[in-house]
Amino acid sequence: MAIYNITVNGEQRQVDVDADTPMLWVLRDSLDMVGTKFGCGIAQCGACTVHLDGNAVRSCSIPVSAVGEAKITTIEGLSEKGDHPLQEAWREHDVPQCGYCQAGQIMNAAAFLSKNPNPSDADIENATHTNICRCATYNRIKAAVKTAAANM
Amino acid sequence: MTLIKTKFNRRSFLRTSALAGGGIVIGFNWACSPGETVRAAPSEWFDVNAFLSIADNGQVTIMSPNPEIGQNIKTSMPMIVAEELDVAWEDVIVKQAPLSKSFTRQVAGGSGSIRSSWTILRTAGAAARQLMINTAAQQWDVDPKTLTTEYGVVKNGSKKMTYAELASLAVMTEIPEEVPLKDPKDFKIIGNSKKNVDTDAIVTGKPLFGMDFKREGMVYATAMRPPAFGLKLKSFDDSEARKVTGVSDVVQFGDKIAVIANSTYAAMKGQKALKAEWTSDGKLENTTDHDRELRKMLDTKQDTPRRNDGNVRGAFANADKVIEKVYEAPFLPHNTMEPMNFFADITDTKAELIGPIQTPEWTQGRVAQLLGREAASVTMDMTRMGGGFGRRLYGDFALEVAEISQKIKKPVKLVFSREDDMTAGTYRPASKYKFRAAIKDGKLSGYHLTGAGVNSGSVTRENWFPAGGIENYKVETHNLRSNITTGAWRAPITNFLAIAEQSFFDEVANEMGVDAVQLRLDILERAKTNPVGAIDYDPDKMIGVIKLAAEKGNWGNAEAGVSQGFSAYYSHNTYVAEVAHASMRGNTPKVDKVTCAVDCGIVINPDAAINQIQGGVVDGVGHAMYGDFSFVNGTPQASNFDKYRLIRSKEAPQVDVFFVESLNDPTGLGEPSLPPAGGAVANAIAKATGNRVYNIPFIKEEIIFG
Ligand code: FES
Ligand code: FES
Repeated sequence: MAIYNITVNGEQRQVDVDADTPMLWVLRDSLDMVGTKFGCGIAQCGACTVHLDGNAVRSCSIPVSAVGEAKITTIEGLSEKGDHPLQEAWREHDVPQCGYCQAGQIMNAAAFLSKNPNPSDADIENATHTNICRCATYNRIKAAVKTAAANM
Repeated sequence: MTLIKTKFNRRSFLRTSALAGGGIVIGFNWACSPGETVRAAPSEWFDVNAFLSIADNGQVTIMSPNPEIGQNIKTSMPMIVAEELDVAWEDVIVKQAPLSKSFTRQVAGGSGSIRSSWTILRTAGAAARQLMINTAAQQWDVDPKTLTTEYGVVKNGSKKMTYAELASLAVMTEIPEEVPLKDPKDFKIIGNSKKNVDTDAIVTGKPLFGMDFKREGMVYATAMRPPAFGLKLKSFDDSEARKVTGVSDVVQFGDKIAVIANSTYAAMKGQKALKAEWTSDGKLENTTDHDRELRKMLDTKQDTPRRNDGNVRGAFANADKVIEKVYEAPFLPHNTMEPMNFFADITDTKAELIGPIQTPEWTQGRVAQLLGREAASVTMDMTRMGGGFGRRLYGDFALEVAEISQKIKKPVKLVFSREDDMTAGTYRPASKYKFRAAIKDGKLSGYHLTGAGVNSGSVTRENWFPAGGIENYKVETHNLRSNITTGAWRAPITNFLAIAEQSFFDEVANEMGVDAVQLRLDILERAKTNPVGAIDYDPDKMIGVIKLAAEKGNWGNAEAGVSQGFSAYYSHNTYVAEVAHASMRGNTPKVDKVTCAVDCGIVINPDAAINQIQGGVVDGVGHAMYGDFSFVNGTPQASNFDKYRLIRSKEAPQVDVFFVESLNDPTGLGEPSLPPAGGAVANAIAKATGNRVYNIPFIKEEIIFG
């Protein structure tokens, strides 16, 4: 075990865990931030997507020891009032079915839109292809990303 | 107006304080409730019946009795109560009800929640409304029949009393024995889309799911299970596992080994460090063996066919042409996005279970049996489920965690890794079908279906389409016993039967030189006007969706470069027809769009219903295209998403949904759009490429997909 100082959603947090502990479990079990979800543990599904210095990464596959000074943003910190254009668009399109994948979908899309604010439909398809939704809400995920892009 | 008997007794009406209503207030922003009115926090709640309470500030809490699995029942069930209660939806707070004898059929399965609760939910709302009316009538000393209600207010001409005012007075009023239900054409909430009540929590990452559940003092567990069907535990060495930081204990239960730790990750790591030896406990089965046995069954006569109309043997003997095709599908894991998990706290004096479960009552009983206690002494609370698709019907995980908690004497949450989830699964059974059609004088004169499945009982639905529409008709079914655990998977049996059947009809129509839609309509016309034997479906409703899908999907008038495939299927009391539109991308076909027509009676929450249907279609397309799972020596050959392909964004067709307008009682939507999807895709692929697909997953057809 070792002490790690990490920055999550703008706050300094200290955790005492093994060096190989994935960020996902640090967030969920040590810091009680359960918005970031576990789906596969091997960087395949995207349920655990968070931002590391603004880039979408898979927290299940990043050990806490590799985070260093980088700033972590989770779904809980994406916006102060839960009103990021993507969160609003998700409400407007009523995207979720079971809802389990959706935090990862939103975090993935948020990083994408911050780099490509005027995406084509094909760009959106490519960007959302990385995240599995077992309920298959893909029609709405794509529509909501498009709406959010227009509103940003 | 329908009058309906209520079953509520006086004792169900209780006065509770806002505090006792525990949790009701949490998360609700009183200062800016929808409608922009500033409202005082409630100080008293009145539980009118098990389904609803009314607060002295006008808020209404409505319980959603059934487990929420992504079918949006947590929104649609309360909508039905609110409709008959006649309140504004903005004033409604929805809560997940606990498992309770006050409710019937608290199950998420078989697309049955709405269908089986429709009248119960309406009655609950209507009884409360009548109670408000009767109370107001007493206050004003008038005949209740002269009073009306609107948005939580009882009116007598210009005189008004709100439900909030009436609730406390209503404690003294008799619960009405008979209440009127609204005429469906007066519905204001039902039929108007309402947002999923949990969307806000979902998009902001609030704890909702079983995986998110935590309790002070709780430990985490993972479990190692036999790696193959047909193996049992011989011995194990936990010395390395116990060295993992955070691991506090390793316990054997049955043929499994639980690793207990202070975090999920430590438990998972501990599990990986376990060394176990396994020994034979039966046959180690292979997919190749299943395939051989099932194919043999397709050529075997069943002693008593499931159904045998007319003279099938004669029809085939006299046929001008016989078409025979075999269709094959593998086992499938459910792969809910949220892996199996459950919490238990079992002590000498209590048994508390919390988690995602489709069958809370059944599982409660089984846990009680395991512990040797009364069912009533086991509490079972439901969390939101990150998908189910049938997997969470089985409750095996709840039994496991109960046993672990009892052994370690601690509150504990059991978590499956994806590998545990995919390999310890209860699978969609592998099945195969042989269809034969006899053609005589350009007509379909005989039909013979033989099905064979693993642990499936019957893999046919002999009284559904095309039963009744074909003079000589025979259906046989065979069952292959296996030690691989199988079970319900979204639209059990029909999830593949429909693909095979609807592909076959397309091929038969082609061979006969008739339009694929017309062939179905001709069969249905016969089933409707002069049915051969008894049938368990309504040909008129089926005709309705077929015509609607053909019209909305421009059947027969595809744009240049687009190939269409048709499919229609009835399941779970709902009728669905679909047109798949495919086009070639280079040398391979891609399904761009599916047009879907649905008859599910009254549509409660249209936008959510469309979401459900879209998901079912894309799920159907996905598993037909990519679903693949096999066994070698009893060992599953895929254990995570690197080897198991699920449909993703780029592969998902756009789905356009159209409803048949109906005032019939609502039927289910969680499953029925899935079965026809694969058939529509297969038929569109055949049109686009000239090659037919017979085996799941389609993607393995090299001649088509390279
Ligand atoms: S849990 Fe990290 S990608 Fe699936
Ligand atoms: S909404 Fe269920 S997995 Fe995406």
